[in-house]
Amino acid sequence: MIRVVLPTHLRTLAHVGGEVTLEVEGQATQRSVLDALEARYPVLRGTIRDHGTQQRRAFVRFFACQEDLSHEMPDAALPEAVAMGTEPFLVVGAMAGG
Amino acid sequence: MSGVRVLVGTRKGAFVLSADGKRKRWTVSGPHFGGWEIYHVKGSPADPNRLYASQSNGWFGQLIQRSDDGGKTWEPVGNQFAYDGVPGTHQWYDGTPHPWEFKRVWHLEPSLTDPDFVYAGIEDAALFRSRDGGKTWDELSGLRTHRSGPHWQPGAGGMCLHTIIEDPTDPSRIYIAISAAGAFRTDDAGKTWRAINRGLRSAQIPDQDAEVGHCVHHIAMHWSRPDVLFMQKHWDVMRSDDAGGTWREVSGNLPSDFGFAIDIHAHEPDTVYVVPIKSDSEHYPPDGKLRVYRSRSGGNEWEPLTKGLPQRDCYVNVLRDAMAVDSLDACGVYFGTTGGQVYASADAGDSWTPVVRDLPAVLSVEVQTLS
Repeated sequence: MIRVVLPTHLRTLAHVGGEVTLEVEGQATQRSVLDALEARYPVLRGTIRDHGTQQRRAFVRFFACQEDLSHEMPDAALPEAVAMGTEPFLVVGAMAGG
Repeated sequence: MSGVRVLVGTRKGAFVLSADGKRKRWTVSGPHFGGWEIYHVKGSPADPNRLYASQSNGWFGQLIQRSDDGGKTWEPVGNQFAYDGVPGTHQWYDGTPHPWEFKRVWHLEPSLTDPDFVYAGIEDAALFRSRDGGKTWDELSGLRTHRSGPHWQPGAGGMCLHTIIEDPTDPSRIYIAISAAGAFRTDDAGKTWRAINRGLRSAQIPDQDAEVGHCVHHIAMHWSRPDVLFMQKHWDVMRSDDAGGTWREVSGNLPSDFGFAIDIHAHEPDTVYVVPIKSDSEHYPPDGKLRVYRSRSGGNEWEPLTKGLPQRDCYVNVLRDAMAVDSLDACGVYFGTTGGQVYASADAGDSWTPVVRDLPAVLSVEVQTLS
């Protein structure tokens, strides 16, 4: 079970309060977690990743275990603590705008 | 009993202002989609309970929201705007080729007859349509692939398609405008397009009379006279009497012919409203006085409308989609400012009252007349 924390605007869109928990088939990666997230909440398609290229939107960041994973490859394994559900995978709106 | 519903898009959410036909007492609902930029909200002429809203921000991109109950509740619909084929390039600010990239939806124009049919004008400039209530979108790519497309350049606000006007007498005819490419018309429901910029002169481009490159800010048409168009260009207020075939300047005695918004009285097709702005480098009203100017002669002769509007120390702007009229017997006129005020006139502009004073910066104002 993967725990995902969404930023406020995306929680509002998805009508969720706190963390989201997801069952992910196979290895836990950015891609597999986001695929599972978007399958559960289709309204989030296009808000975290580009519809066409599937690239992370410029002002979205991925954090976990006090690390910035934003620039990791989409198919790289997430930290074991995320895969085990002991630490959440954080989707964060980047600080921008002054 | 008749009434009006004013749909306001702002930098930080949407608001719905409602009143009965007297337009004296208002209720305000919102913010809807708080914290998001709402570039435009518009209702279907065929079903006033069907509304569409463009919701976006720099972090999470674009959403389209739909309401089926007049704005009480909303449902996100499709947000995938994929250009048709390989989109190629347009000109960047420095004149170099730049790939076409979707940024946001500026304007939503529901069909005059079908609540599920809606057009979207986007940045980078292209026209999309949905035939299923906003669930899916496809591009009318004949516009973007016009032979002049590779030469289009963005204006300061981006290369946006901001104006979409349907001819009520001919469903195949649509007018659109792009900053800073100009105006275009289709006579075959969007398959092919012609530039309609003859007569426009723009000192800011190398060839002042070029076919494209003009920064058209907004166009208005009266339903009863679809061949007559009024345009607020970057500078100059223009008029066409031949469906955009040719344009002539009607700025006349305006204190400045720079501006963004333009609209037409619901019952008097020669009564036109603009809000003069001092210049393209200042973006506020001349002399700190917020004045709507009205022409009752189809342009050239303009009178200032000031009653109820601030006549000192006012330095707001009125953006291109932020003026609208209702169709009650005494035509109502509405506009919103970047200072967060929405002003209403229930007497065709003779006097004005602020409906709200402290909203976020207003990006768009539309009105529905309800029976």
